[in-house]
Amino acid sequence: MNDWPVARLDNMSGMNYADGPQDSQIVVPGEILGNSEEYDAGHGVIIRNDSIVAVKNGRIKIINKEISIEPMRTSYIPRPSDLVIGYVEGCTNNIWFIDIGAPFNAILPMSLGPSKASFGSTRQVLDIGEAILCRVQEVEETHSSVVTMKGMGLRKIMSGSIDDIDPHLILELNTGGKDNLRKMKESSDCRIITGDNGRIWIDGEIDGIISVRDKLDKLSKSQKVIKGGKE
Amino acid sequence: MGGYGNVEMIDENGLRMDGRTATDVRPITIETGVVPVADGSCRMTWGTNDVIVAVYGPMEAHPRKIQRQDRAVLDVRYNMAPFSTSDRIRPGFNRRSREISKVTSDALESVVLLEMYPRSKIRVEIEIICAEAGTRCVGLTAASVALADAGIPMTDMVVSVASGKINDVVVCDLNKEEDNYGEADLPMGILPNTGEIVFLQMDGDLSPEQFQTAWDYNVNAASDVHKLMVEALKNGVDE
Repeated sequence: MNDWPVARLDNMSGMNYADGPQDSQIVVPGEILGNSEEYDAGHGVIIRNDSIVAVKNGRIKIINKEISIEPMRTSYIPRPSDLVIGYVEGCTNNIWFIDIGAPFNAILPMSLGPSKASFGSTRQVLDIGEAILCRVQEVEETHSSVVTMKGMGLRKIMSGSIDDIDPHLILELNTGGKDNLRKMKESSDCRIITGDNGRIWIDGEIDGIISVRDKLDKLSKSQKVIKGGKE
Repeated sequence: MGGYGNVEMIDENGLRMDGRTATDVRPITIETGVVPVADGSCRMTWGTNDVIVAVYGPMEAHPRKIQRQDRAVLDVRYNMAPFSTSDRIRPGFNRRSREISKVTSDALESVVLLEMYPRSKIRVEIEIICAEAGTRCVGLTAASVALADAGIPMTDMVVSVASGKINDVVVCDLNKEEDNYGEADLPMGILPNTGEIVFLQMDGDLSPEQFQTAWDYNVNAASDVHKLMVEALKNGVDE
């Protein structure tokens, strides 16, 4: 049954990179970006048959011949020492379960909790639905993590508002762009704390909170609208 | 299949009932980000088919027994809305949707890098809003766009196209009449950058030569559809 050709193994997508991969060019999963002898593989790419292949939808970033992809969307993967904002999802007699926006809930043992609590009184200290500022203490191989509230500035969040953006935009907010964090703090007169999991705590006057949320909204949108594409 | 009266679906010039030639694909539009609460989403219209796919995750897999220690599980749910066809479809799972969910999940498993998220789950919800013919192909194609939109790492995107046989002539991308009164149907899932096949089903009979022709039509159509998928992901909206 197999004496005729059944598949064509050429590059059907018709994309060619005759002049090599360009910085901040947008790619989709499966695109061939270059030769693995010429470039090194960074984040978001794999090497298949001596060529570098994108595995995410995002922008190319080339630093010292290392190709990475800055993804358009990310899910948060916890790393030790990350400052995160979490919600209490549940508790047992001596453990809180915290939703930190990662694939897995984190646990907050009573020994790392905000204050002294006696066995069985976890709900009096942190109740379900409450927001906390905490730090990732440990991430296991299996991706489940332990958070702590022992440390400078870590506390239960009692006021203000929490906004969600994509985790990779936090870096954008802290370092680059015209809408950066310092300017935002100055103009709104709010206290803004960014969690590495993409949650942002904004505390201050209501007008300030609204203006910050508008700016964050604009930032998320401007990241998704692709520059240089057709209208 | 076949034997429903004498319906002539292709004329001597090779033109079909809707004016397409044997190799033409119905008009396609792809739009991403249509479900704001989802991590990734896609709306795809293909002829009169209309499909919305939403992707959630990776998230903790529940119940615990479905977790895999070395990789994520893909939870694909294909569902036709009760109003998607002229005969009302009883809501809920049935034998057909269960089968399509499974083959879609198997096809996507071969491209998604599941081992990056052990013990978690990626939920893919395929909702058929309007069904004409070839909804499984549209569902699978839209699901891979939605997965890419959700930032899930994948080695390639799956493009799915069907070809079939009407009045003993092989044609690409059957519409409703051709699907109902035709003789055979060959849906295929193709990885456009390597040409690998991740999904293949056949309904009806094709001779080896006809099979090869249908295969070639699918492969050629897949490359056209793939260009639209890339455009959609790069430009947001495209048609």
